[in-house]
Amino acid sequence: MPFDPFAEIVRGFEGEPAELIPILQRVQAIYGYLSPESVGRISRWLRISENEIFGVATFFAQFRFSQPGEHVIKVCLGTACHVKGGEQILDVLKRRLDIQPGESTADGRYQLERVACLGCCALAPVLAIDEKVYADTSVLRVHQMLEERENREDA
Amino acid sequence: MKTLEMQRAHAVQAWNGLQNSARPVIYVGAGSCGLAAGAAEVIEAVEAYLAKKRIGADVLKVGCIGPCYLEPLVDVQMPGNPRISYSNVTAEVVRELFDSFFEKGEVFRRHLVGHFSENGFKGAPKFFEHPMLQRQVRIVLRNCGIIDPENVNHYLARDGYKGLEKCLWMPWSDVLEIVKNSGLRGRGGAGFPTWRKWLVCRETKSDTRYLICNADEGDPGAFMNRSLIEGDPHAVLEGMLIAAYTIGASKGFVYIRAEYPLAIQRLKSAIAQLRELGLLGRGILGSEFDFDISIKEGAGAFVCGEETALIASIEGKRGMPRTRPPFPAVAGLWGKPTIINNVETLGTLPNIIRNGAAWYSQYGTETSKGTKTFSLVGKLRRTGLIEVPLGMTVRSVVYDIGGGSVKGFKAVQTGGPSGGCLGEEFLDTPIDYEALGAAGSIMGSGGLIVLDRNTCIVDTAKYFLNFTQAESCGKCVPCRVGTRHLVNILERISQGKGEVSDLARLERLALAIKGGALCGLGQTAPNPVLTSLKYFRGEFLSHISDKRCPAAVCRDLVHYRIIKDKCTGCQRCVKICPTGAITGPRSEPHNLDMSMCIKCRSCYEICRFDAIAGDAIVIEPGA
Ligand SMILES: Cc1cc2nc3c(=O)[nH]c(=O)nc-3n(C[C@H](O)[C@H](O)[C@H](O)COP(=O)(O)O)c2cc1C
Ligand code: FES
Repeated sequence: MPFDPFAEIVRGFEGEPAELIPILQRVQAIYGYLSPESVGRISRWLRISENEIFGVATFFAQFRFSQPGEHVIKVCLGTACHVKGGEQILDVLKRRLDIQPGESTADGRYQLERVACLGCCALAPVLAIDEKVYADTSVLRVHQMLEERENREDA
Repeated sequence: MKTLEMQRAHAVQAWNGLQNSARPVIYVGAGSCGLAAGAAEVIEAVEAYLAKKRIGADVLKVGCIGPCYLEPLVDVQMPGNPRISYSNVTAEVVRELFDSFFEKGEVFRRHLVGHFSENGFKGAPKFFEHPMLQRQVRIVLRNCGIIDPENVNHYLARDGYKGLEKCLWMPWSDVLEIVKNSGLRGRGGAGFPTWRKWLVCRETKSDTRYLICNADEGDPGAFMNRSLIEGDPHAVLEGMLIAAYTIGASKGFVYIRAEYPLAIQRLKSAIAQLRELGLLGRGILGSEFDFDISIKEGAGAFVCGEETALIASIEGKRGMPRTRPPFPAVAGLWGKPTIINNVETLGTLPNIIRNGAAWYSQYGTETSKGTKTFSLVGKLRRTGLIEVPLGMTVRSVVYDIGGGSVKGFKAVQTGGPSGGCLGEEFLDTPIDYEALGAAGSIMGSGGLIVLDRNTCIVDTAKYFLNFTQAESCGKCVPCRVGTRHLVNILERISQGKGEVSDLARLERLALAIKGGALCGLGQTAPNPVLTSLKYFRGEFLSHISDKRCPAAVCRDLVHYRIIKDKCTGCQRCVKICPTGAITGPRSEPHNLDMSMCIKCRSCYEICRFDAIAGDAIVIEPGA
């Protein structure tokens, strides 16, 4: 039998409708987003309509429906980060990357996201690039971080 | 059963061995907060140093011990010395710190916080006498930052799973009685007596019952549950076993937000350890009690912290709440009786069972017993995770523990998006369910966000309403449409376009939403507006009548200014300004063209941190 990645993805699941969200989470963990093809496969496998799957998936902030940028920058806009200037950090990123939250840069390098709280509120304002969380950031730090990254790429 | 006893004997031996180790032991605070502050780099530096100098030492990663503002924290325990804790450690500090201990054989003096010995130690204070810790009572957090959370032996050695063992020899009704007498109330927000809903569940006839641990921690700005799971996952799991035994549940779930990857990983490995020890599965410890636990990752919806929405989400549906009754204790997950308890409620249980109801209820007030964890954050000197007896005053928490605000205290926000802002007149209010409720706020899950004079109340209220508006699931009109109107009005006020009549409009609308919304999200969403209007009306009026934001936060109502006498003309701000609003030749005071300024703060920050003058740019109220 030819190798079927979808069979790998659903390994360990039983095919119950209640497994929809964990399956969506696994698909997104592997592909980075939910493509129409993935949703189609899930729909047939769980015998749930695609409409219903999109209904559930769009309800939750976690799910994406387009290919994300290579590096995901998450700016925390939880309460602690908000009162310490998180909004302005997001603004600087929007301007420098020339994208809105939820979008990726034209070259596909960066994806910008806003998140409700990263759980490091005592060290606010906080942002994360991919899995790494940065504490005590500032507008200034963000300028510096982006410059360091650009320099590293040029080198 | 024999095996747990043997395992514990072995664990105690290993733990005591570690305390009196003949090798140096290094403990690094590597919870999410520690890692964000740079613990990973510190661990690298520690390991590199030890390898280079060929020093045999044990390096342990521990959870968060509370004073997050001191992270990264590194403790050094030399043979014959107690464990000594150091703060704000960087890779360079590691070198100096270790040179001192390993080369010179001296206790390092800088960055020193305190030692962990019960007895005194020459020249260093006790860690727990640090001002942030001195007034705390650590019950649920007792192991956090002390033990290696990935090592079940550490938990076992510190009386872990003794609570469960005790329960298994008692009828469920006796366990319920202890919980009842302890006065424990739900720590997830509402403060409902834990025993009461357990009894309803237990008495509902059913072949299956479920237990769900609510680790959704949706309040943005709160991280108590994350810290507890990361620092002591077994405490929560033992609590789940105790709860499940009492209510007669055979299956449990932990519903945890996906934003907490480290906590999820800690839970997974702890659950695997439990299986190995025979503490999960069929016939636990030789009793007739069967129980198993699965993890469900939340997918990013605040409303899913609400119990009926949470249940819908576990069932694979959109996380929409439904009307209650029936309460989940009667008909919950897949229609079966279900108990949902917060992480902290569950994590407290083993302590209550081990030490007894009277011991627990000695802490707290008449109606709010025991201790509560809070995430103490915002504009104050010492930020972090704390645990205090209920009934402690706001003043003690903000000033004694938190060290107060540098720029002057304005208010403390409790209860997150469902709570409110309490100003100076509430400093002597005891923090308990009733007193906070009477003040118009709520206890909530434990977020305490301190606002200083540079924080705007209108902006804060707008922030919360934006949050609840975005998180409204849309099922009921008062919440979906009502919160949108509230946001619009607040937006207008913060732009200086409000009218005095808007205040009455806000109040009317807020009360209508409170009365009409379907679930707790909508019913409490107007609280931040109502308390702010009640206690900080003047600040709203400044925005409306004087077009002035006194805290200099609302962007349409502030301006940036270069103080000519202070500007040295270093051109740092000229270079960083993204719109070219600042101009001027080197060594001459610069010019700022407000018509081009987007108020991004870049110049202000660079002047303070990087420029020669340091304070030549100011942000002032008034457009
Ligand atoms: C909108 C909304 C969000 C909630 N979020 C949480 C949460 O993140 N964690 C939590 O434990 N309880 C949350 N709750 C409260 C739960 O519905 C429930 O009361 C609680 O988990 C019960 O546990 P306890 O009795 O141990 O407090 C939320 C309630 C509402 C209305
Ligand atoms: S508010 Fe930003 S980490 Fe919690």
